[in-house]
Parts: sequence; structure tokens; C-alpha cells
Amino acid sequence: MSAQDRSAGLERAAATTIHRLPNARWRRPEALFWLLPVAAFFLFPGYLVLGSQVLITGLFAVSLDLILGYAGIVSLGHAAFFGVGAYTAGLLAAHGWGEPLSGLAAAATAAGAAGFAASFLVMRGQDLARLMVTLGIGLMLYEAANRAAFVTGGVDGLSGVTMWKLLGLFEFDLGGRTAYLYGLAVLFAIFVLLRRLVNSPFGLSLRGIREGGRRMPAIGASVRRREIAIFTVSAAVAGVAGALLAQTTQFVGLDTLGFQRSAELLIMLVLGGAGRLYGALIGAAAFILAQDYLSGMNPVYWQFWIGLLLVAVVLFARGGILGGLSAATRRIAGRAP
Amino acid sequence: MLTSFAGVLFDGIAYGSLLFLISVGLSVTMGLMNFINLAHGAFAMLGGYLAVALMNNAGVPFLACLPLAFLGAAAAGVVLERLLFRRLYEASHLDQVLFSIGLTFMAIAGASYVWGPGQQPVRLPDFLRGQVHAAGLDLGAYRLFLIALVVAIAGALGLFVARTRFGAQVRAAVDDRHAAAGLGIHVDRVFCLTFALGSGLAGLGGALGIDVLGLDPVFPVKYLVYFLLVVTVGGTGTIKGPLVAALLLGVFDVAGKYYVPQVGAFVIYTLMVLMLILFPAGLYGRRA
Repeated sequence: MSAQDRSAGLERAAATTIHRLPNARWRRPEALFWLLPVAAFFLFPGYLVLGSQVLITGLFAVSLDLILGYAGIVSLGHAAFFGVGAYTAGLLAAHGWGEPLSGLAAAATAAGAAGFAASFLVMRGQDLARLMVTLGIGLMLYEAANRAAFVTGGVDGLSGVTMWKLLGLFEFDLGGRTAYLYGLAVLFAIFVLLRRLVNSPFGLSLRGIREGGRRMPAIGASVRRREIAIFTVSAAVAGVAGALLAQTTQFVGLDTLGFQRSAELLIMLVLGGAGRLYGALIGAAAFILAQDYLSGMNPVYWQFWIGLLLVAVVLFARGGILGGLSAATRRIAGRAP
Repeated sequence: MLTSFAGVLFDGIAYGSLLFLISVGLSVTMGLMNFINLAHGAFAMLGGYLAVALMNNAGVPFLACLPLAFLGAAAAGVVLERLLFRRLYEASHLDQVLFSIGLTFMAIAGASYVWGPGQQPVRLPDFLRGQVHAAGLDLGAYRLFLIALVVAIAGALGLFVARTRFGAQVRAAVDDRHAAAGLGIHVDRVFCLTFALGSGLAGLGGALGIDVLGLDPVFPVKYLVYFLLVVTVGGTGTIKGPLVAALLLGVFDVAGKYYVPQVGAFVIYTLMVLMLILFPAGLYGRRA
């Protein structure tokens, strides 16, 4: 790229992107967005089990968005922390402590600790090394859970998870009403916190790291400490998502740690649009619903189409669903007088 | 004890030479274009399935299937490189990863659609079956054949890269793509041909490996870590690096599975994470 090209590119960038301080006010579309899952609860009472899958996966995708969409850390093994959370909550409940909320807290602590420890390994290298370290950590944990069958149940999965009543009042029912509302409440609470986090100066500095990690130290921001912090938070959130899955399905399978889950998570995030939190939720919802609909026909076709979709998104539709939407609105707004 | 160790060493070397054959192309792709291609195993799988299909449906003898597997995978490599991979050389690593995961998923689904989800059987010719007695050891004839073939190919590749004009162009492009292009080397064409060669070798490795690695639709994911490890440990731009890495990896993996079967694949994953911690930028070398 010649110097002329580069300065032209910079001018273009300056013209199209408007750099604002984060505006943390809640906007009306967001309120409408959060009414959707509430409405779904009343409109589709027969699909609440599927609905809680969407909510849990959405929370998981949000956790990846924190590190990938905001800080630009690529991970192929995020299911490791999901699995740590799921097994923590599952093991607690299987061994006689079935209180849900403290189970979530324990799972968040365990997964956060694992994430904190892992972050020191992950932050050492660049993209390729990070990919492989996260992949390796994920595979190691999977293999460990597989071999430690006397604790985790191995390939048969961890059964015997019995949950107590939520808050001592609501029993987890077969129709999934409690599970759905529980999942929605936890998702919303964590989302509010994370939304605050990414709109804070800390969140802004994460974007700075994503856009130009080498320049951040020049303005006095420690890249390493911020990356470790967000990685830990992200792992803890992933752990909560895993714990929710363990508690609401009352079962933990080895697939919670699998490579497939990590890869699918990346797909959802890219499908929805990374770096905007809502993209993660929309991508997860679209993915789970499509999977439920399509893999009913044939799971192999499903894998083929999702692969094709991924290739198409990378080649033609960077930014995913939300990226496409905001590009479209910009274009319409630009045309209007 | 000593003989069992020699047996493990032998099996490990045979296994490692297969890994080398499959991964050497990936090491060039990553070195030359800085492209993270997680779909590389799919070319090996394609070679394997081509060989099986030729043998079972067309009655082609095993040895004749090998060059055909090479050509088939190389042709697929050229087509995909020109149509798809080329567009993503300048893209971010994340995009490359997602794209190649997508391709891998499609390959897995396609393979299980055409050939079914099960393991594919391979019928080796009689002279490659059974044991050869040498120096008080029973060595599998097929594994001996494998090692001999890979030694020959590695030697030829080494000469090719070190002595020919094209090899010099490849080395120049790996060292500094822009400078090489400035000297009038068609980096684009060099890369296309190298990609084809790498895919072809992977296909050959896939066909040779049916008896050792097995062949089913999840092949590209099952061995992904191994291919990546060879590249990370071995470095790029040489033939020797991946070769040494693949042999080490093969021996460690076989020894781990033989002596401590209860920890299984754990050995190799630990090795991977350790290598990456000890060599954060990889023996791969080039810091971004």
C-alpha cells in the first residue's frame, strides 16, 4: 500500500466513522427487543424448553463477544469455560447442594478462576498462537473430563443433578416455565452489567486494543492487564451460561466442552454481528431456531448449510445480521434529504 | 522392553512421516501467505476417499490410486485457491479461521452424504501386508513402505526447494513477499502452485494413511491439532522443520498411547500448550 493510498484510506475512515464517547442511555429499540422474549413466554408456551436454550446460548455468545468483538481476542476454545461452569454447578447439585443461585455464583467463580489462569497463556502470543492455545486448552479440558469419568461420568454425562426450588418458591417444571424465566432474568441482569461495562471508559479502551493494540501503551493504557481482566470476565459469564444449562436441563454432557460448541459459538457471533452485544443474542437465536427447524430433517444437511453460510458471511457479508442492518439504515438515512 | 521400545519408535516414525506428508503443505500456506487454513485436513480426506472409491468401484490397484489421489487433491486445491482462498489473503485471521471452519463443515457433511458416516475399509496389496523380520524385530511391511516413500518424497522436496528455480522463488516469497514481488516474482502464481502441491501431498497422505489414521468424515477435525502442531513446532520455509516436528510428534503420540493409555490424547494436547508457552511466537518464528 503506498503512502498515498494509506492517507486516502485514513481520510475515508475519518469521513465515515464518527468517534463518539459511549452513550449508555437505553434506546427505544432496545426496550422493544427485550419485550420479545417476554412476549414469547406468553405466545409460545409449548416452546419454552427451546426458548431457554436460546437464552442460555445467547448469554454464552455475549461472553465471547466481550473478548472477540470488543477486545479482538480470537478464541477457538471458549466452550472450556462453559463446561467448567456446567460441571461446577452440576457437581454441586449432584452432591447435595441444589440451590440454584449460589450454584451460579460458584460456577462463575470457578470459570472466572480458570479464565484468569488461562489468560496468562493466551495473552502471550499473537492471533495464530492464541487460536492454538485456546484450542489446546479446550481439547485438554475435554480429554480430562472424558478420562475423569469417576467424577464427571465421562461419555455418559453427569446425571443425578437435582435442583432445589428457585428462591425456595418455584420448582423447575417439565414444561420449562421456571427455567425460561430464570434464564431470562439471569441473562437480562448480566446483560445490563455488561452493557454498562462495554460503555465505560474501560470498554472503550478495549476497542482501542482491538483497533491498534500497539498504540494503546502510548496513551498510557496497559494492554495486558485489560486483556486479562476482560478474558476473566468473559470466562465467568461463559461459566454462568454453562451453569444455567446444567441447572435447567439437570444434566451435564461431555459436549459442553466440545470443539463443536466453540466453533458453533463463533459462527453465531459472526452471524449476528460481533462487537455490539445484541448481535450475539440475535445470532444465537437465529442459529438455535434454524438448527431446531433444519436438523429435524437431517443433521448432515444442517452442517453443510451452516458451513456454506459461514463461507458466504465471510466473503460477502462482514458484520453479520446487525452489521447488514446498520449499513442498510445508514444508506437509507444517507439518501433521505 | 527394548524390543517394545524399538517397536514404538518404529510405529511412531511411520505415523510421524504420514503427519509430515499431510502437514507440509499447510506449513507452506501459513508461511507464504500467512493464511490460517483449518480446512487443510479436508484435502487429505479427499485424497483418502478418492483412493477408496477408485479401489472399490473401479478396481484400480492400490499403488495406482496414490498418484491419482495426489492429482485429485491438487486439482481441488487449485480450484478452491483460485475461487475462494485467494480472496482472503489480506483478510483478518478471524475471517480466515471462520472461512476455513465453514469449508471443513461442508467437507464433513459432503463426505458423510456421499460415503456415509462409517470408517472406510482399505484392502492393501498382498506384498504390503504382514511382517518383515529385520534385526530381530517384526516390522510391519506397510509401515516400512510408508517410511521409505516419505523419505523419498521428503528428499525430493528438499532438492526441489533448494535446487530449482521455482524452489528459490518459493523461499524468496516466504521470506518477504513484497520484496519478492518487487523482484518480478509472480508471488500469486507461486502461491497457487505451492497450494496445489501442498493439497496434493495432503491427498497422497490421506490415501496412504487410511490403514494407519483411519478414514471417516470427521477426519479433518480429528487430526486438526496434529497438523497445526507440526506447523507451529516445525516453522515455515524449510522442509526439515516440519519433518523433525512431525517425527517427534508421531513418536511422542504413539509412545504416550502405548505406555500411558489411561491419559490418552492428553499427552499431545499438553505438549501443544507447552510448546506454545515455551515458544510464544512459535518456532514458527515470525513475529507480527
